[in-house]
Amino acid sequence: MSKNNNWSILLKGILKENPVLVLILGTCPTLATTTNVAGAFGMGIAAMVVLICSNMLISLLRKVIPENVRIPCYIVVIAGFVTIVQMIVQAYLPPLYEMLGVYLPLITVNCIILGRAEMFAGKNSVGKSALDGVGMGLGFTLALCAMATIREVLGAASFAGIAIPALEPYKIEVLVKAPGGMLVYGLLIALVFVITQGKAPLKKSFSCAGCPNAKHCHSACTEIADPANAETKEVQ
Amino acid sequence: MDLFKSLIVILLSSVLVNNYVLARFLGICPFLGVSKKLDQASGMGIAVTAVMLLATAVTWPIQYWVLEPLNLGYLQTIVFILVIASLVQVVELLLKKFIPALHKGLGVYLPLITTNCAVLGVAINNVTDGYTFIQSMVSSLGVGLGFLLAMVLFSGLRSRIDETGIPKPFRGLAVTLIAASFISLAFMGFAGIVDALFA
Repeated sequence: MSKNNNWSILLKGILKENPVLVLILGTCPTLATTTNVAGAFGMGIAAMVVLICSNMLISLLRKVIPENVRIPCYIVVIAGFVTIVQMIVQAYLPPLYEMLGVYLPLITVNCIILGRAEMFAGKNSVGKSALDGVGMGLGFTLALCAMATIREVLGAASFAGIAIPALEPYKIEVLVKAPGGMLVYGLLIALVFVITQGKAPLKKSFSCAGCPNAKHCHSACTEIADPANAETKEVQ
Repeated sequence: MDLFKSLIVILLSSVLVNNYVLARFLGICPFLGVSKKLDQASGMGIAVTAVMLLATAVTWPIQYWVLEPLNLGYLQTIVFILVIASLVQVVELLLKKFIPALHKGLGVYLPLITTNCAVLGVAINNVTDGYTFIQSMVSSLGVGLGFLLAMVLFSGLRSRIDETGIPKPFRGLAVTLIAASFISLAFMGFAGIVDALFA
């Protein structure tokens, strides 16, 4: 039973609860770093390392961190690991560091990591949190690579920097530019919906579902619709 | 005069050419999440602009007067996010205490902004681009206004989308992203316009 359970924690991140395509978390790096496969893979691995480490540490500290200040605590833990990853990448993989630019420090505010801390690591044991980190990280990396493959092969006629001369005359350059990112992402979300139809958890109508801010988002929307509610929904 | 010209170039290029949402993919979550109605979209846009200006006003001196003299540049990410998060909290408390009317209008958006990557992104980018204090402030203003512009444009588009019949798999986020991609395509037309104006 528990073995099955662990497998499902690991596997759910890959398709059923894929952070990018089903939970719609971490949209910014998804769109920005998928212009080529190498950058997307690097981004995926970097985020996965941060996610596993922060999930484990937050799970270890879950009984120490007071409920009211948990979000700032999570952010500090995450920012610490991001800084470590950033320094390692800068030292050993300078081309990747150049390629990812500002998106590397911005892993700190990636909703996937904070979202998993809030939804999973803050409530589960260290081992399960690590597994969750691996699964979600893999799902993130795979989704990024899939998107980058589509965009790079069709948009730049190359794969991970290796040119494909046969496709050169047919390349659709707009795909590697900003609009192409959103277009491919939109089409992929629709495709995943068709594949997992009926199985995937119901997608919320807006993007930040599952992000710890989502409830504020929600309250922001409902408060305007219903001012009587405004006072009861304070920021924790 | 040169300073003035450089400020104009920074302002226009951060509003139109390097629009954070449509060209650089920062702040996508609120762009997709809070753009359903025009009043919410503009409220969020104004709040983000204000927080960006405040964050830059605080993080620029920290970077150049504290972190660099002490060789603590590697702490940039941690320090910036902490400063921005606490700043947002303080602003929210102050607004609530002293200007409750404004808090009712904008306060609800403030907590969302804490982990908005556009705010941290603009603070880090200003340092990476080597802007002076004034240039940084103008660039933050431009980025904020660009965000506001994108939000307002998009909320108009979305209210139309909601009224049309959309195939089931595309309902919700998929069609929203595709619509955003067309706005972004339109904004690509601005590329080069700023350089051409001042060449």
